[in-house]
Amino acid sequence: MNIFASLRSEITKLTSTRLWWVLAIIMVGYVALCAGGLAAILAGVGTRAGGPVLPDAQLPPLIYSFATSVGYVFPVLLGALAVTSEFRFQSLTPTFLATPRRGTVLAGKMIALVLAGAVFGVLALLASMGAGAAVLGAFGIDPLLGSPDTWAFVGRSVLAMALWAGIGVGLGALVPSQIAAIVIVLAFTQFLEPLLRFGASITDWSAEIGKFLPGAASDALVGSSIFTLMSAGGSQLEWWQGALVLAAIAAVATAIGYFTSWRRDVS
Amino acid sequence: MPTGVPIEFAHLTKSFGAVDAVSDLSFTVEPGQVTGFLGPNGAGKTTSLRMLLGLVTPTSGTATFGGTTYGRLGSPLTTVGASLEAASFHPGRSAHNHLAVYAQAAGLPSTAPAAALEKVGLGAYGSRRVGGYSLGMRQRLGLAFALLGDPGVLVLDEPINGLDPEGIKWIRLLLRGMAAEGRTVLISSHLLSEVQQTVDDVIIISHGTLVHRGELSSLDVSDSKQVQVNADDRDRLAEAIRSAGFEVSNLRSGVLVENAEASAIGRIAFEAGIPLTALSQKRTGLEESFLTLVGEEGAL
Repeated sequence: MNIFASLRSEITKLTSTRLWWVLAIIMVGYVALCAGGLAAILAGVGTRAGGPVLPDAQLPPLIYSFATSVGYVFPVLLGALAVTSEFRFQSLTPTFLATPRRGTVLAGKMIALVLAGAVFGVLALLASMGAGAAVLGAFGIDPLLGSPDTWAFVGRSVLAMALWAGIGVGLGALVPSQIAAIVIVLAFTQFLEPLLRFGASITDWSAEIGKFLPGAASDALVGSSIFTLMSAGGSQLEWWQGALVLAAIAAVATAIGYFTSWRRDVS
Repeated sequence: MPTGVPIEFAHLTKSFGAVDAVSDLSFTVEPGQVTGFLGPNGAGKTTSLRMLLGLVTPTSGTATFGGTTYGRLGSPLTTVGASLEAASFHPGRSAHNHLAVYAQAAGLPSTAPAAALEKVGLGAYGSRRVGGYSLGMRQRLGLAFALLGDPGVLVLDEPINGLDPEGIKWIRLLLRGMAAEGRTVLISSHLLSEVQQTVDDVIIISHGTLVHRGELSSLDVSDSKQVQVNADDRDRLAEAIRSAGFEVSNLRSGVLVENAEASAIGRIAFEAGIPLTALSQKRTGLEESFLTLVGEEGAL
């Protein structure tokens, strides 16, 4: 009845249904398409049309960061669904019978999902770097695969994806309704947050608040993204501050969820 | 051999707002026998069992296993096996993996899921997704979860619901066998007839309060006895019995005699020279007593 038994059980829960690899396949396809596509456009514009371009050295991290800038919604969904499916299928009953200490269950789930988020990060980076580097290489641009900066970026991206999965767990505990959780994830990540970030970047004082938005914190952690490029000049957190912001969001949401939905009567 | 410990309910109460779902419930379930926990739907059976298993927090009172609440058991699944209403499954997970998830959480050996599936007759269906299971198979899988840790105490909510006649016979033998080994077996049902042949003791609740507890036979408290009797010449039979001082009423298939023993009615017919075609003692029976105890809404 320790945290390791709970962790092992939670990993089995994740790997014994189809959800994780269905999400992973969609994510890899989506990230590869975005990274490959944008690499082709930017590299094509730069080498052929002679238009306004980025320096070649900035291009690879920008392309590779599609792993997180479009891929981050997948670990969030995985984390949220891992929690909400327990409520939906009433599997909290056998779960709490096997492990009556509910905090242990939630901690085990959090660790399992953070690990799964890291795995998603690796898969997303394989997609963005695989597609991106292939296209860049085809246009004769150095994909910078040997550069230490690139590998530091890889490490920070994996950390970001792991933390996003943790935010998903927190969201699921906070909003146990599966449908509501999915709607919130999609509406916030795909619509609300981009608008807020754009809106916040208009004035200086709002930009100071906007940099704490989870997507902005994630971009700060990763260090490069199509979004920061578009709102250039805006203030940004340090990479480790970005990591702390994401971790804090995950921790606070999970703690509130624990005291509200998780400890409630299971009937 | 794991031995059972008594289940003790002490002044257990659960209120939802102003409504008492369970109020001041106190009784003990002894090892070595099968105890039926009976009451109509909505009587508070499931809420009581969920409080016993630490899933619902009581408003007051306690429910323990030999003095220890479920949450404080050192190794819950090897002490208590529980199955609460079917359908606590992720439909996309195979039965074997479903059990493996909880075996791992409880630190049980990796052979436990296969052994439990074998015990409930699902050994050949372990790799199948639970979503495709029939109600009867889900009931068996619920039972397999309860048996996962080979516990000394079994707490089963409506385990017979949804089983076919063969399955009912099978679970009856299984539960009787478990009790004979010295385990504590508590099963709930809203139908007395469903568990009548399985249980030794009954605990009956209605509207969240205990209305009866004791041996099954203690329910057979019928004081009015009726005899159903028939003959080809039914009118003459009725007349003969009436003149012997009994109250008689006509049924479609004969004559009903109030407050009589079959032997006395048989003698009356014999002495009057009337050949009988049917003679039987009717008892008000367990089910009647049960329905009287739980009130009218129990008539399902």
